[in-house]
Amino acid sequence: MPRITYLEPDGRAVTLELKRGQTLMRAAMDAGLEGIEALCGGNCNCATCHCYVQPEWLDKLQPPSDDELVMLTNVAAERRPNSRLSCQLVAEDALDGLTVQFPDRQS
Amino acid sequence: MDQQAPIVIVGAGQAGMQIAESLRQEGFSGTLTLCGEEPHPPYQRPPLSKKWLIEGGTTASLAVRGPAVMERLRIDLKLNSRVRAIDRSRRQVELADGSRLPYERLALATGSLPRTLPIPGASLPGVLALRGIADSRAIGEAIRRCVAEARPLVVVGGGFIGLEVAAAARKLGAEVTVLEGLPRLMSRVTAPVVSDSFARLHRSHGVQLMFGAQVAEIVGYEGHVAAVRTRDGQEYLAGCVVVGIGVDPDDLLARSAGLLCERGIVVDDCARTSDPMIAAAGDCTARRLGDGELVRLESVQNAIEQGRSAAAALMGRERPFIAAPWFWSDQFEVKLQMVGLSRGYDQVVTRGDLEKPAYSAFYFRAGRLLAVDSLNRIPDHMQAKKLLDNGLSPTPEQAADPQFELPSLLKGRAATAGGA
Repeated sequence: MPRITYLEPDGRAVTLELKRGQTLMRAAMDAGLEGIEALCGGNCNCATCHCYVQPEWLDKLQPPSDDELVMLTNVAAERRPNSRLSCQLVAEDALDGLTVQFPDRQS
Repeated sequence: MDQQAPIVIVGAGQAGMQIAESLRQEGFSGTLTLCGEEPHPPYQRPPLSKKWLIEGGTTASLAVRGPAVMERLRIDLKLNSRVRAIDRSRRQVELADGSRLPYERLALATGSLPRTLPIPGASLPGVLALRGIADSRAIGEAIRRCVAEARPLVVVGGGFIGLEVAAAARKLGAEVTVLEGLPRLMSRVTAPVVSDSFARLHRSHGVQLMFGAQVAEIVGYEGHVAAVRTRDGQEYLAGCVVVGIGVDPDDLLARSAGLLCERGIVVDDCARTSDPMIAAAGDCTARRLGDGELVRLESVQNAIEQGRSAAAALMGRERPFIAAPWFWSDQFEVKLQMVGLSRGYDQVVTRGDLEKPAYSAFYFRAGRLLAVDSLNRIPDHMQAKKLLDNGLSPTPEQAADPQFELPSLLKGRAATAGGA
């Protein structure tokens, strides 16, 4: 059960235990985190589940798909090298301890 | 206004849930009741005609928010609770079981209902429409039965829902015929060039498309649907029929309570109805635009944005929904994204590769951009959204020129515009 820490835009940290195979977006929505909107429900269609991944974890993640890369060019907040869409990040044991931060706005 | 007095939300879909959540974010601390007719907590409907229809899955995977959120936000979620009347003079809603809930302020998010065919046989077993989880399950099972019995699925209506169901059914291996009454697909919302792309797409995946097909009767055999007959006398064998001919706003409660309704519960940009104590959001509304025209939107974005506006309105604040409307549809390998409203367009230009397809159709009226439909062209969609939200327009020549950088129109605006 990988534990993922989410930093809300106001700095609050929330740590959740995810099921393997669950997306980081799904868990954040289920927990009612405020820094995420996920309007399209995980279809890589809206870029409103944007998060910043701790840079040292970047190479442990599956690289973004072409769709995700394109969506990332148009996130509402600043795009950084560690920007990802949390609907495309799937929890696995290797991600235990990962921290992601939500930007100040999603739309 | 008493900030603690109870608020009742009728309708526990995406819009109803958004109103509840936004009310807490707006600082409302009183009793908050969310009444839903279905047995499920608020869930996302778009997957019901796409991935979820094909793969199935748990209802929890569709949930807008998890159960812990209801507790933390103190949302009293009443499931299986249909509201049958609003008593505006006493400020009470009456539930189907006869019980009454008092409210100080009320929000309506009653959604929409699939239109039914006004023809013989329309209520035969095996004639299905898609609205909720139960419908998606029933359609999924019916498609699998069609595959197992080698009988075709007939879809009535070549709009978003019909075409998404057709695509899902093909992926599951069913033989599929789509009957469309008009001469092209999705004709209410797209230009012919886009309709043609989708017709090619569906045909290339083996969907049979019949245009100008006026459905006259659904023919039963031994108490189950067996065929669909069109006015020209053609009969299409059917193991199951899915009817996707649009939805009507579910504004019956509001109309019975005397609220102003016209093709939906009439609201302003701030989601206020004709009663200052009542707001409304989502599919059930018709929004009055500045020019007096009424717009009905059936989309997630509309549910969310109006939900936020409705919550603000109930707290006595104004939060207009002014962003350009956007929609999406997934059919086979094509991701269709639409932004803006193309009604009244007088010119369409395309940008990109029509054959692949990977292009966008730009809709103009008198040289001004109204809307953009993008097929597998995500960057165009996102850029068009920003242009429309900022009241900017390329010329038709610029839009059609693949060398022209659309974002260059945004330069110098970014600092003041505040993005999408």
